[in-house]
Amino acid sequence: MSTVTNQTPAFAIRDLAVYFGLTKAIRNISIDVAAKAVTAIIGPSGCGKSTFLRSLNRMHELVPEARMTGDIRLFGDDIYARNIDPVVVRRRVGMVFQKPNPFPTMSIAENVTVGLQLNGVRDSSLLAEKMEQALSMAALWDEVKDRLHAPAISLSGGQQQRLCIARALIMQPEVLLMDEPASALDPIATAKIEDLIVELKKDYTIVIVTHNMQQAARISDTTAFFYMGELVEFGATAKMFTSPSKKQTEDYVTGRFG
Amino acid sequence: MENITNELNELNKKLLSMASHAETAVNRAIEALMTRNSELARQVKNDDSIIDQLEMEVDEQSITLLIKAPLAGDLRFVTASMKICQNLERVGDEAAKIAKSANRLSSAPPLQLDLELPQMATLALDMLKTSINAFVSRDSIVARALIPRDKEVDALNKRINKSLTEFMMQNPEAIPRALSLMIAIRSLERIADHAKNISEEVVFLCDAEDIRHSGTRTI
Repeated sequence: MSTVTNQTPAFAIRDLAVYFGLTKAIRNISIDVAAKAVTAIIGPSGCGKSTFLRSLNRMHELVPEARMTGDIRLFGDDIYARNIDPVVVRRRVGMVFQKPNPFPTMSIAENVTVGLQLNGVRDSSLLAEKMEQALSMAALWDEVKDRLHAPAISLSGGQQQRLCIARALIMQPEVLLMDEPASALDPIATAKIEDLIVELKKDYTIVIVTHNMQQAARISDTTAFFYMGELVEFGATAKMFTSPSKKQTEDYVTGRFG
Repeated sequence: MENITNELNELNKKLLSMASHAETAVNRAIEALMTRNSELARQVKNDDSIIDQLEMEVDEQSITLLIKAPLAGDLRFVTASMKICQNLERVGDEAAKIAKSANRLSSAPPLQLDLELPQMATLALDMLKTSINAFVSRDSIVARALIPRDKEVDALNKRINKSLTEFMMQNPEAIPRALSLMIAIRSLERIADHAKNISEEVVFLCDAEDIRHSGTRTI
């Protein structure tokens, strides 16, 4: 384990490139993702945002013929080192997807605790305690505490998404990756997820892909703009949305792309 | 996108119309003061309501645009527009004050004193025109160059006030007329301040740099 200081970035990414077969999806990515902060990834469809996000917990490896070059350190640890199990990486780096995807045959409670159970936790009082913690952190506990055994799919879309966040949080990850977590939700459910993200950054590092510029402006500290597989600009969110340095960023955030 | 571009263009046009009215008002107010033309003075006062109306329209359009959450250059344009429009409205008010003084002075015997008033009026008006031109042409170099000139106006203002004070002490019967003139001079000084403010907004709009309250710092 490398020495970790307060200044250690959650991710130190150097010369990252990801290929699918012969196609280079992203290239030349070198950034530091700050710990206990929200980093937003923006860019037009197909620019490599999701590929980048997935490379941070080796999810892209689930696509056949995917390979990467470069170096990604998670709090100093090389997550692509030969002796590292991708499953362990994914435990340290949790993920929430665009559409809420609770396990449809499971109850609310089972959905949250399934990760721990698969990891061998059998103590029911410990499971109950961890479940309450995770649901509370996901700001869902008060809404579901009286119907924990109801099917997860009986929840609204926004609640299902928070359930998925609780399911990720129970594994106590160090980082939470979010791929457009609010794009399928109404403004009220979106606001709840955004409040939750801001709350969670006290304890977690969050990297979020979003198509909603205002959402990025509201919740993120740092923003990265990707275009055609390359990182065009990376900096403080306030600056990116008031006075971006690159014309491509300006054109994209003002909707004048192309 | 075309929709928001059109709205931004409309906002720009409205602001330019407001700037043009404000500039005309100052021009006429100064002429009314210099030539003791009470008819022209009345016209300035009447036209001020047009500028007030435009101020409300610019604000309304800006708010409508902000709902759509513009970003980067568009965001700076809308926020700068709101501030520029407020400054232009004040310029209109100052022109109306000059016109009021001009009207009062035109009906009284002329004051027998030699002041640097024409120089100050020319400078203030020129600053206003330049700041508007800098906005029209989005020229931050011109805007930045204008800012130090406010100091010249301040210096002129000080000298004129000193002369007027001495004049009042020697000619107590002329105090009401001299005070009217002082109000007009103060308005000219304010117009130069507003021109400076507009220039600062132009710099923010063009260069994304906030140079307000930077004192004597080199800009």
